[in-house]
Amino acid sequence: MNIVVLVKQVPDTESPRKLKSDDSTLDRAAADGVINELDEYAIEEALRIKEAQGGEVTVLTMGPDKATDSIRKALAMGADKAVHLVDEALAGSDALQTSYAIQQALGRTGFDLVVLGSESTDARTGVLAAMLAERLGVPQLSLANKVEIDGSAIKIQRQTDYGFDKVEASLPAVVSVVEKINEPRYPSFKGIMAAKKKPVDTIGIADAGIDAAQVGLANAATEVVDFAEAPPRAQGQIVTDEGDGGAKIAEFLASKKFV
Amino acid sequence: MAEILVLVDHVDGEVKKVTLELLTAARRLGEPAAVWIGPGADGAKDKLAEYGAAKIYVAADEELTSYVVAPKAALLAQLVADKSPAAVLVSATAEGKEVAGRLAVKTGSGVLTDVVDVAEGAVAEHSIFGGGIIAHAKVKTGTPIVAVRPNSIAPEAAPAAGAEEAVSVTLSDADKAAKITEKVVQEKGERPDLTEAAIVVSGGRGVGGAENFKIIEDLADSLGAAVGASRAATDAGWYPHSFQVGQTGKTVSPQLYIAVGISGAIQHRAGMQTSKTIIAINKDSEAPIFELVDYGVVGDLFQVAPQLTEEINKRR
Repeated sequence: MNIVVLVKQVPDTESPRKLKSDDSTLDRAAADGVINELDEYAIEEALRIKEAQGGEVTVLTMGPDKATDSIRKALAMGADKAVHLVDEALAGSDALQTSYAIQQALGRTGFDLVVLGSESTDARTGVLAAMLAERLGVPQLSLANKVEIDGSAIKIQRQTDYGFDKVEASLPAVVSVVEKINEPRYPSFKGIMAAKKKPVDTIGIADAGIDAAQVGLANAATEVVDFAEAPPRAQGQIVTDEGDGGAKIAEFLASKKFV
Repeated sequence: MAEILVLVDHVDGEVKKVTLELLTAARRLGEPAAVWIGPGADGAKDKLAEYGAAKIYVAADEELTSYVVAPKAALLAQLVADKSPAAVLVSATAEGKEVAGRLAVKTGSGVLTDVVDVAEGAVAEHSIFGGGIIAHAKVKTGTPIVAVRPNSIAPEAAPAAGAEEAVSVTLSDADKAAKITEKVVQEKGERPDLTEAAIVVSGGRGVGGAENFKIIEDLADSLGAAVGASRAATDAGWYPHSFQVGQTGKTVSPQLYIAVGISGAIQHRAGMQTSKTIIAINKDSEAPIFELVDYGVVGDLFQVAPQLTEEINKRR
C-alpha cells in the first residue's frame, strides 16, 4: 500500500510565536520548529497500517528548508522516504492554496491512503483534509479515532460531539486523525541512524506541476488586514485559602451575577 | 440587500445557540438566510425567524446527512451559485470548518476559520496563538466563507419573515464516497455542550483520578455548566478525550470558565483564553493559570471546590 503522511512543521508552542510586521505571515525564524503534534499521531497510524498491510510510508512536507528537521524525525520514527516541497513561491500560501499545492505534489507520489493530523497547532484551520478530499475526489475520512482496513475497504470511527459516527468507504482515501487514536512511538537510536540514509526528494513548484500564479501570499484568497498583540488581561484578585476559599469564590460569582 | 447564508447547526430538531449567534452576525453583513439541511425544520423555523432569518432554505432530504460533510458543501455551493450571497457563515466546530473547507474549494473562495467577530465588509477577527494576538482578515477571492467560534457573539433577537423555500441538490458519486453507517451516542447527559456552554468547569492533573472528577461534575451541576478536562486529565484516562479543552482538543469561549487543579500550560490556555471571566483553584501559587484569572484561590481543590459547590447550592 502506498501511504503518504502529511507532516507540517509548526512553531513550538512553548516558544514565542509572532507574525512578521511587513507581510503579516508567521515569523518562522522567531520560534523553534517542531512537528505539528497531531501529525505525530498521523505518522504512527500510517506506520501501523503499513505494518499490518505491507507497503511503504512516504512523508510529504511543504515548508521552508528548516522543515528538514521534522522530516528527519518522521523518518526516524519509521517512515521509508520523504518528499519535501520547498519553494519561495509557496511562502504565505493560505489553506486553499496549500491544499492545491499538496494535491499537485500527491500527483507525483501517487497514493492509496493520505494520512494527516486533523489540525495544526499554529493556524488551527482544520480544513486541509476536507479540502484535499474535495480536490482529489476521494472519500473524506476525517477526525478518525479508529481506522480499520480490509483489502480496499476502509472503516473509521469519526469523532463527534455525541460520540462517534461509523463511516465506510473504499480506497484511495484521505484520513485525518485525532489525538487519542494511538500512542506515537519515540524514534529509536537505530531509527535515528537509519533516517540519515533514507531518501528525501526535495522538489520545487515546477517539479510538482504547481502553477506559480495559484500559490503564495500575493495570490492568496484571504489577507490579513492588521494585527496587534492582545491587550493583557487585567490583573485579577488572588487569595490564599484560609478555610473560606470556596465561599469567597461564591461571593465573587454573586458579585458578577453568575449565581 | 445581499443575502448572507447561515448554515444551521441542529441536533434532534433543536437549533443550537451558535446558529442564533451566526444570524446575529449575519445581520451586520446583509440579509440573513438560514440553510437547514436534513429532516425536522418545521419545529425550528419560528426560532430562526425570531433571530433574523428573512429566508429559510430547507433541504430536507435525509440523504444529505448520510455521508461525511460533502453533501452539505454541495448544497451550499449550489445556493452560492443560485443566490449569489455576499458571504456564507458556518459555526467553527470541527464539522463546520470541514464544510467551509470543501465549499471554499468548490466555489474557489477564500475561507476564514475560528473567527471571533465579524464586521461590515466581512472583516473577520481572529484570536490566534493561544489568544496572544488579535488579527483581522478578509477574503479577496470569491464568496467569503467564515467559520465563527461558538460563544463569540451575543445572540440578539430581531424578528424577520422567515420565508421558507425548499431546495435540493443532486449529489455526485464523490459526494457519497464516505457513508455514515451508524451514529453512536456515547455521552449524552443533562449538561450543556462544551463548546456552547455559558459556563465551563474543567479539571486537571490536580484532580488526581477518575473517581475525583465527581467533585468537578458536582460543581458544574451547581452552575448548570459543562464539564471540561485538561490534557493531563484526559491523557491519564480520568475523563473522555472528547471533553478535552486545549490546543489539541476543543476551544471554548464561555462567559465563565473555572479551572480546577489546572496549571495552565499553553496547551490548555490556547483552548480557553478567550473566556470572558476566568476563575482558578490551584495549590501552586506560581501556576501560570493565575496570570489569566479574574479571581483565583491558592488552595487545596478538595477543600475549596466542594465548599464552593455547597455555597452556590445554598444561594439557589
